[in-house]
Amino acid sequence: MAESKVADEKLVDGIIDHYGGDEGMLIPMMQDLQAGCGYLPVDQLKRLAARLEVPMSRLYAVATFYASFRLAPKGLHEVTLCVGTVCYLKGSGQISEMISKEFQVEGGGTTPDGLFSFRPVNCVGACAVAPVMIVDGKYFNGITLDSARDILRGLSPEEAPAESEAQK
Amino acid sequence: MTVVGIERLSTPADLERLREDLRKRRDPAAKCVRVCIGPGCVAKGAMRLHELFAEAVRQTGAEVAIEAKGVGCHGLCERGPIVIVHPGNIFYQRVEEPDVAEIFRETVLGGRVVERLLYEDPASGERARTADGIPFYKAQQRIALAHCGVINPASLEDYIAAGGYSALAKALATMMPEQVLEEVERSGLRGRGGGGFPTGRKWRSCRDAAGEPKYVICNGDEGDPGAFMDRVVMEGDPHAVLEGMVIGAYAIGSRQGYIYVRNEYPLSVERLKGAIGQARELGLLGEDILSTGFSFDIRINRGGGAFVCGESTALMASLEGRPGEPRAKYVHTVEHGLHDKPTNLNNVETWANVPTIINRGGEWFAAIGTEKSTGTKVFSLVGDVVNTGLVEIPMGITLRRIIEEIGGGVKDGKAFKAVQTGGPSGGCIPAEHLDAQVDFDQLTKLGSMMGSGGMIVMDEDTCMVNVAKYFLNFLQDESCGKCTPCREGLAQMLYILDRITRGEGEPGDVERLEAMAELMEGTALCALGKTAANPVLSTVRHFRDEYDAHILDGRCPAKQCRGLFRYEIDAEACKACGLCKKHCPVDAISGEKKVPHVIDQGKCTLCGTCFDKCPFGAVFKV
Repeated sequence: MAESKVADEKLVDGIIDHYGGDEGMLIPMMQDLQAGCGYLPVDQLKRLAARLEVPMSRLYAVATFYASFRLAPKGLHEVTLCVGTVCYLKGSGQISEMISKEFQVEGGGTTPDGLFSFRPVNCVGACAVAPVMIVDGKYFNGITLDSARDILRGLSPEEAPAESEAQK
Repeated sequence: MTVVGIERLSTPADLERLREDLRKRRDPAAKCVRVCIGPGCVAKGAMRLHELFAEAVRQTGAEVAIEAKGVGCHGLCERGPIVIVHPGNIFYQRVEEPDVAEIFRETVLGGRVVERLLYEDPASGERARTADGIPFYKAQQRIALAHCGVINPASLEDYIAAGGYSALAKALATMMPEQVLEEVERSGLRGRGGGGFPTGRKWRSCRDAAGEPKYVICNGDEGDPGAFMDRVVMEGDPHAVLEGMVIGAYAIGSRQGYIYVRNEYPLSVERLKGAIGQARELGLLGEDILSTGFSFDIRINRGGGAFVCGESTALMASLEGRPGEPRAKYVHTVEHGLHDKPTNLNNVETWANVPTIINRGGEWFAAIGTEKSTGTKVFSLVGDVVNTGLVEIPMGITLRRIIEEIGGGVKDGKAFKAVQTGGPSGGCIPAEHLDAQVDFDQLTKLGSMMGSGGMIVMDEDTCMVNVAKYFLNFLQDESCGKCTPCREGLAQMLYILDRITRGEGEPGDVERLEAMAELMEGTALCALGKTAANPVLSTVRHFRDEYDAHILDGRCPAKQCRGLFRYEIDAEACKACGLCKKHCPVDAISGEKKVPHVIDQGKCTLCGTCFDKCPFGAVFKV
């Protein structure tokens, strides 16, 4: 654990140095931290706040204001469902309800077994092929209640996905 | 991402020499396979097609010069993935992996056309060999999208060979900043992000404002659901955005620019980053651009997934590392913007129009479109329309032409009900106004707005009350919560709408919604709150009868609101297969083999499973 703590501190320091310690670049710094850890661990946030000399409340305000920040670890797989206008009109609202109900996961949360994190988002810009679901960076277009269920049931509990397009 | 073998360009003349050189090295008759890697085609597997074509080229060996390149969006996403083969610009649509070998063998190597992959007009049955023969493209005019679908967006050589950065060289070497300003003013260009404010006037105000440094921002936080124009420009022609920004910075007198890109668009970030690196390397960005003494650099910031950050003051707050909360508009950002310095913000599409305006002149641009809305506008034409995709049309053509001629009409032979423009701040326009011209002022008159360019077609099965509820729900989620009218007003309006769609509406609800809308318009802090009621107001204005049906009769005319219609089984059409009975979660369906099934309305929870499962379409809504 001691080693990983050192590594984590290095990560935060490296990020701060990359942006020249510019407080205005707080959001990119937190994005890089999340990219490195998968979420925003509280210890790293504390270190970031201390080194930038800004109150922790400011970081927390940013982390909770922007939908893309996570304060808890994500699941093995990442499921993004578009609920933009076109996808919604073509049924993604019901698909979202189905996923929450059948897989016991609220939007923005992770399934109890840690299989996947579920994030309904406002428009991924692929409206022409709505409704769209993105699993580990792979697009599934024209999905239905049944096909969405099948895709999620088919997720492997062992295998983590290869580095996905979305994470690049 | 580096530009191999090309050194930093020291003068505008160097750029021209490079362009000549690149063009000479390119044989106009050279074989080229262009695979569309726009968002729609990629979602249908175009990346794999591109790999397969590239592999096929490698295997063919060096004796034939063939290029397989990924290009930006072609627009006709409905027919994607799209592959275009040069020479001849043969337009193949709905290409799948097994078709690659045939296209390569027949067309690329053999020069023959694969007829079955051509576009076939659904009405006439005629096949089109090239894009020009397809009705979807006929009424369009591409300026902002001129390079999309033609050049490889990751290649600066491609952009330069196509005339790229010539406007920058022209502006820096032959024009004073004032002349650039005048040219943009003459063009009549108005902000493509939705506001429609005259771009030239904004630039001038920022230049004339006291204070240094001045900042230039490109707003790529394309948040309107149902819109992907800016994504396509950023991913399909990133250098055009950069070139426009450098020209603008020169006119305004700025040394530092920012591009704020939406978090959901990772590829846009990648493309822009690559383009910035290339442009810096060649001396088209950074210190002493083309040795003219002018310096300007650009930094990219990713959004955090907040719709309100598309609002200019919220975006600037976000760039300062704070939550994206807007502030009052009477303090102008051109005077007190980012870090309280004069700041000029324009949308992606606005910037992408600038190089063409400098190259061809403001007058040329102003001759396109209508008197007060010049040029073209890109729309994402989506929803219940046959040809979904991205279109760029001269301002002033009618909604009807866009939907019927370009869009091919409503899908599945259904009747048209409304078209929604302007995103969550816009409104729904009904059939009787389809002959209205599309420009900034006409759409506003109809209770909607131009917005950033989302155009969502809705058919007869769409409940307009539900649409209004969708947008209000969206806005309530995205309201930053800073001002009370927006934070509380949206919650109250949504509460009323939710009640109406559950059949619990009360007489007077519509009037209550209208009163709330007026209040919010007058008192909310930013455009999000001020326009938030538009989806409600426009649907009330054009579809009042639907609200009344929900409230007074407890009936949803479009049969979409659960509980306000019921399911029945058509005894004639029912084949007694038992599927509905098997899947019904509450055992509300009875029936034996060969006996038409019946739904017990007392037990039915209106979940709709039987409707979805019936293979014969025998379950219907009443």
